[in-house]
Amino acid sequence: MALPKSLQNREFRSTRSGAFSERLIVISLALCATATVLITVGIIYMLITQSAGFFRSEAVTMSGFLTDTEWTALQSKDLAQAKFGILPLLSGTFRVTLIAMIIALPLGLITAIYLSEFASAKIRSWLKPTLEIIAGVPTVVLGYFAILVISPSLQLISEGAFSTFNATSAGIAVGILCLPMVCSLSEDAMRAVPRSLREGAYGLGCTPFETSVKVVVPAALSGIISAFLLAFSRAIGETMVVALAAGTLPTMTLDPTQQAQTMTGFIVEMIKSESEYGTVQYYSLYAVAVTLFTITFLMTLGGQIIRRRFKESYQ
Amino acid sequence: MSSVTPAIESEENPDALPDQTLIHIEKLNAWYGDFQAIHDLSLEIPKHKVTAFIGPSGCGKSTLLKWINRMNDVVPGARAKGRLAISGDASNDHAEINVLDPGLDVVGLRRKVGIVFQKPNPFPKSIYDNVAFGPRLHMKTSKSELDELVEWSLQKAAVWDEVKDRLHGPALGLSGGQQQRLCIARAIAVGPEVLLMDEPCSALDPSSTLAIEDLIFELRTQYTIVIVTHNMQQASRCSDKTAFFFEGRLIEAGPTEQVFTRPQQKQTDDYVRGKFG
Ligand SMILES: Nc1ncnc2c1ncn2[C@@H]1O[C@H](COP(=O)(O)OP(=O)(O)O)[C@@H](O)[C@H]1O
Ligand SMILES: [Mg+2]
Repeated sequence: MALPKSLQNREFRSTRSGAFSERLIVISLALCATATVLITVGIIYMLITQSAGFFRSEAVTMSGFLTDTEWTALQSKDLAQAKFGILPLLSGTFRVTLIAMIIALPLGLITAIYLSEFASAKIRSWLKPTLEIIAGVPTVVLGYFAILVISPSLQLISEGAFSTFNATSAGIAVGILCLPMVCSLSEDAMRAVPRSLREGAYGLGCTPFETSVKVVVPAALSGIISAFLLAFSRAIGETMVVALAAGTLPTMTLDPTQQAQTMTGFIVEMIKSESEYGTVQYYSLYAVAVTLFTITFLMTLGGQIIRRRFKESYQ
Repeated sequence: MSSVTPAIESEENPDALPDQTLIHIEKLNAWYGDFQAIHDLSLEIPKHKVTAFIGPSGCGKSTLLKWINRMNDVVPGARAKGRLAISGDASNDHAEINVLDPGLDVVGLRRKVGIVFQKPNPFPKSIYDNVAFGPRLHMKTSKSELDELVEWSLQKAAVWDEVKDRLHGPALGLSGGQQQRLCIARAIAVGPEVLLMDEPCSALDPSSTLAIEDLIFELRTQYTIVIVTHNMQQASRCSDKTAFFFEGRLIEAGPTEQVFTRPQQKQTDDYVRGKFG
């Protein structure tokens, strides 16, 4: 049998001509990768140089910044009276984030278990889009939802114990915000667990629920922990919801019914305020930003370490 | 003997015992949705013997095997009609089990009928935790009882010597053959009477395969074993009874030696001589 025409002609594309364009492509890819590194370096440089303007001031000491329990950068116009202790802002961020995680982690994980292990195709087909809608709600809308719906509901239930702006409302709204992320990332991790492991569990007499809790979730643990840490970083950095709903008073308390200005909330407030560029009060926002950055950076680093450790024991 | 050690310990020569049927299959029909995978199948599986299912791919061997411990429950659309029963046993104190009874305690059934799959599927936990998984699920045991049971199971599965120094290391770090023996240990740690094996060696190299075959031959003194295999030598080497399936029907079943040397049906003859399949 004769060869097909194309094979008789033997007009093959030169395999050499590609070499130069191939190099060009690799170089431009490398340039793009370098850009991300440069941007990161630029951000860190800006944070450090600008916050230097804060720490150089006579009115501030590093130990005071880290241990003082009052933050009045916005409240006191006079520099001599201003207090710069980061702890109240940290505690605000901590309260809001804790409440958000109490909402988002269990609810997100349980929903993910349900979606991945139990839900029929039909239920999945409407539950997943519903979750994606939450992910698409603008944070400013969630902030108003916290003020207009969550706060009044809390006040009704608690007979007025909550102030209009409080850590709990903001925390619940941030939790709702993080929910789709926890859920879809955990679900992906659980769906990636091979079917053979589930069969192994059934074969040993596990019920479907025992299978998901004792085999699927542990096998997907590194993915689930990544999801948790991402959600945590997202909650710490969330700005719009807390700027709207958590209040503008930095408070050093664990009381979730009170106002709780967070680090991000303060930064927004400071930029909006009349404080002049170049004052110590103004530069304090960079000191707060550096603190925030350090925390998120350590979280990411911790996440990498935890993930590597779990990966190791599972290979 | 400790209370957690499974209580089957008769070491008589199985060849000397008369056949005693443990699993009765009568006029079994099974479907996936509208597709009928098993037609009117009747077969008796003898106690404390190795029964091999052979036949070309897609003839229903795995389907039948998985009905014996109801693994098909989790397959949407799978259903079966007919009789599939496991004889009652005074020493293990249970009455006859009607496997297809919809109200059956499936968890209890799977504890009595363990299964080993084609591809080794250890959990991504330590070796110890893999073997202890079933016992922790089903029984209350002290730490020392559990240690004893884990060692016993790993020894029965002929893998103890290779893993005893790394019990708390990851199971996924073992070789394929070791993983498969670990899966066998995991299955026998809950004290089953029957072990189902679906092509347990097809993902393994020849020397691991031989190790598993030796193990299967050992285990039949205490367990009733049903093994699906594609490998004719394997069936003839390690089974007592062979059942040949074709297109969802049982063509022939009998003592292994007879099926391989004097088959009664032409199809069986063709298959065991490698003419098709
Ligand atoms: N989950 C399933 N859904 C639909 N059909 C199936 C399923 N599993 C097996 N089958 C079909 O049932 C028949 C028997 O399959 P199986 O028992 O796996 O064969 P074997 O193990 O002998 O190779 C095949 O035709 C196969 O395509
Ligand atoms: Mg099969």
